[in-house]
Amino acid sequence: MAAMFLALIDNVLSWMIFFPLIGAGVILLLPSSKSTWIKWTAVVATLPPLVWAVQLFMAFQRDFPGEQLKQFQFTEGPYTWIESFNISYFLGVDGISISMVLLTALISTIAVIASWTINRQLKAYMALFLLLDTGMMGVFCSLDFFLFYVFWEIMLLPMYFLIGIWGGPNKIYAAIKFFLYTLFGSVFMLLAMIFLYYKAGKTFNMVEMMEGAKGVAIGAQVLIWFAFYVGFAIKIPAFPFHTWLPDAHVEAPTAISVILAGVLLKMGTYGILRINYAMLPEATAMLAWVIALIGVINIVYGALCAMAQTDLKKLVAYSSISHMGYVMLGMASMTPQGINGAVLQMFNHGTITAMLFLLVGVVYDRAHHRQIDGFGGLANRVPVYTGMTALAFFASLGLPGLSGFVSEVLVFMGGFKTFPLYTIISATGIILTAAYLLWTMQRVFLGELNPKYETLTDMNGRELLMLVPLAIIVIVLGVWPMPVLDIISQSLNFLVTHVGDAAAAAGVAGH
Amino acid sequence: MVSLENLGSLTHFLPEFIVAGGALLIFVLDLIRGRQCQFHGWIGIAVLAGAGWATVASLGAAPGGVFLFENMLALDGFTQLFRLFFLATGVLTLIMAARSKELANRGGEFTALLLIIVLGMMLMAGAANLLMAYLAMETVSLISYTLVASLKGNQRSNEAGLKYVIFGGVASGAMLYGFSWLYGLTGTLDIAVIAQTLQGGAAQPLTMFLALVLILVGLGFKVAAVPFHMWSPDVYEGAPVAVTAFLSVGPKAAGFALLVRVLYGGLAQPFEGGWLPVAHLPWPMLIAVMSVATMFIGNLSALWQNNLKRLMAYSSIAHAGYLLAGLVLLNEAGVLAIVFYLIAYLVMNFGAFMVISVVADESGTEEIDGIRGLWRRRPFLGVMMMIFLVSLTGLPPAFGFIGKFYLFAALVESGWLWLALVGLLNSVISLGYYMRIAKAMLIDGTEETEAAPAALPPASRLIGVTVGVLGALTLLLGIYWEPLRVFAERTFALI
Repeated sequence: MAAMFLALIDNVLSWMIFFPLIGAGVILLLPSSKSTWIKWTAVVATLPPLVWAVQLFMAFQRDFPGEQLKQFQFTEGPYTWIESFNISYFLGVDGISISMVLLTALISTIAVIASWTINRQLKAYMALFLLLDTGMMGVFCSLDFFLFYVFWEIMLLPMYFLIGIWGGPNKIYAAIKFFLYTLFGSVFMLLAMIFLYYKAGKTFNMVEMMEGAKGVAIGAQVLIWFAFYVGFAIKIPAFPFHTWLPDAHVEAPTAISVILAGVLLKMGTYGILRINYAMLPEATAMLAWVIALIGVINIVYGALCAMAQTDLKKLVAYSSISHMGYVMLGMASMTPQGINGAVLQMFNHGTITAMLFLLVGVVYDRAHHRQIDGFGGLANRVPVYTGMTALAFFASLGLPGLSGFVSEVLVFMGGFKTFPLYTIISATGIILTAAYLLWTMQRVFLGELNPKYETLTDMNGRELLMLVPLAIIVIVLGVWPMPVLDIISQSLNFLVTHVGDAAAAAGVAGH
Repeated sequence: MVSLENLGSLTHFLPEFIVAGGALLIFVLDLIRGRQCQFHGWIGIAVLAGAGWATVASLGAAPGGVFLFENMLALDGFTQLFRLFFLATGVLTLIMAARSKELANRGGEFTALLLIIVLGMMLMAGAANLLMAYLAMETVSLISYTLVASLKGNQRSNEAGLKYVIFGGVASGAMLYGFSWLYGLTGTLDIAVIAQTLQGGAAQPLTMFLALVLILVGLGFKVAAVPFHMWSPDVYEGAPVAVTAFLSVGPKAAGFALLVRVLYGGLAQPFEGGWLPVAHLPWPMLIAVMSVATMFIGNLSALWQNNLKRLMAYSSIAHAGYLLAGLVLLNEAGVLAIVFYLIAYLVMNFGAFMVISVVADESGTEEIDGIRGLWRRRPFLGVMMMIFLVSLTGLPPAFGFIGKFYLFAALVESGWLWLALVGLLNSVISLGYYMRIAKAMLIDGTEETEAAPAALPPASRLIGVTVGVLGALTLLLGIYWEPLRVFAERTFALI
């Protein structure tokens, strides 16, 4: 039994992608009245992928011989799917995607626990949630561009309904805004994908496309690069495409905010690494400054906006925008530290922001509002909740010893080598972040207890169950980030070399 | 291609014979049994199925294609494919009409007229001669007018019919005038000979251009392309739902088939696996402009509609715009894209209209409010409608996405990047109104306590099953469409 549990099953990536979908099918067959069964089915549908993700993480070969950039592990296929367009079913992971797969599996399981309080149309909720899960896993595991696009688009509809049906008062506006923005982005991605298909030797196989795209003229490369960039930047979301995010977050139910911030935003930066960097290295070397510049704007502007918020959830949403800016700055630097810091920041931001949104959800469930000024002195009444929030806030503002610190330092170290001015400007983001988080801390938790909340209850077992694992990860990675760095670094270092070589070969002056 | 004389052609004409014979049979039955007979619809479906069988049986009969009746009709893979397409359209319309309250108790006239219109469309797709093209198109038009006005006591229906006749009359008059110019320029009505003569530089560019514009008036009217689309929202709104569904697919597809015949056959020359427009006549650019206008006006107008049928009318105008974009390509990839798109459109549009017809019957209104809370009342229809809407928007993994994918891939391949971008941006606009329906269906009314879902009334069960089949097809073909591509490519060994 134990051996069965530990042994890695065949086609594990396919199982991880489609297991939640099977769960969704089972849920649709259950009667709507059996809400407990539905919830447990959802748990059963998300837990095995988490176990498999951990197994994959253990079994992943850190030192892979040969050219890592084209060496994916646990590959399946390519199996021919549509012959006439050279589309295949092709899965595999490298260091970058495996960290995202682990994050997705973890956040999905926690989000199911966070969904426990949903009581309206639970069946549809869980089915849509699991469909979303399938889409997310698929995006990170696909090595065929067409397949990648299909999974990318599959996520839109469940997300629209999850916000639109179970969201707050202004849910319909937020849902359609999210949908329109993202679809607008994917349209450019689709066009660029087809264009690249014809330019790169009529194949959708991403590994072959890296090779095939080499011959594309630099002018066309820049065009394709920008089209992909728009598609991914909307998802990050990078300035000036970020306006959908605060709306979506404020209206979305807690669990969906967690997924949105924890996983979906990472797809934007993942896409840029996987597509822009790997396939269009010359254009990337030329245009890295664009990513860096937008990253800086995200950091500073996001932090300033966060400072002005009165709604706790909106504050966390803007802090997300700010923190994704670090990812962009780090990856634009093209230095090993910077890019490793960027991907580590993707992982850390996923766990920290998930904590923040869960914590906002906890207090909202009790107080039924999220106005920062409406609380006060909560530390006297709910010490565990206060401690957990303090941990998440400190991790978010980059306190040494917690995970956020490591990735931000790496980003700044890497960024400074290439973009000294940008990095100095972004460093003010750290101060702003500390300012708005500590100020919020003070207003919500410190001082006299607001008499309205004298009967507030502290966190229950279920809430601890979803927060404690994340807290442990935040602390452990703060002290010892090697487990993640170890697994991502080889792929990323090859990616940096890949872009550097291509730029040198083409004589493109970077920056 | 071989040209056959009249007698020799008859054996290749079996599907058309069956359909025409079926129509006559129903008229005779109507005379004998009177209006009480309820089986006309089934006879009609059987006739169409028989014609479909005859078509499939004849698929391999003339490999390279033949000209029938002294070069009047071309029988090639293209014709065969569209024969099957129109027969399927006919079957779906009859299924819708069979349970329609609007069309109840009118005996066989609806079925018989529908069979004749199917015959007309089959002839349109095969026309190799301008006279034949005109006759076939008039058959389709005249009967369309009658079908639209078939709710005799209903003012809307009558108004729609009258508008349709007036617009249609002017449009086909203009087209006929355009044909006469072509005849004057070339001295022949045979489409293939026209192309050869024009290539020889027989005509002034300006005269040729005028002839082209006049022809486009007639065909643009048929496919509801901007600026000849004005009739369609009113007509679609006034007509019975089954007729609206039929008009949005059948005659539109026939119009596109004829556009391919006239433009590719008559105003272009085969060239390196594709076609080249005849000298001095840059009609692809003209079509591209029409396509852009049609997409934008269709999509933007649809955003403001509150009546489901009007909304679908504008949506169908927008889809004509995408299809027109396929027409500028002048290569096999373009024709394949048009065919693929039309098949996807047939499946998803009929599916959506069938759901609308059930909803309209139950709620008594065709406004968008009538579909509120459908998910609660009829979960199955709600989910199916969602699939059709996703497909109409062009999102994976639905068949509609594949149609768009083929179209935009072909456009990119031929260097029409800007047109592909316009088309794609338009599908983002279309999301706005398709999601309005989805919102009404799934989000609105969820707070209200709705009556417990009742089983579909017996009359609607057939529709329920058909909707299920169409929904399954939309998904299945969206995930794996290779067999259909192989079939479509094999059938047109081209024109």
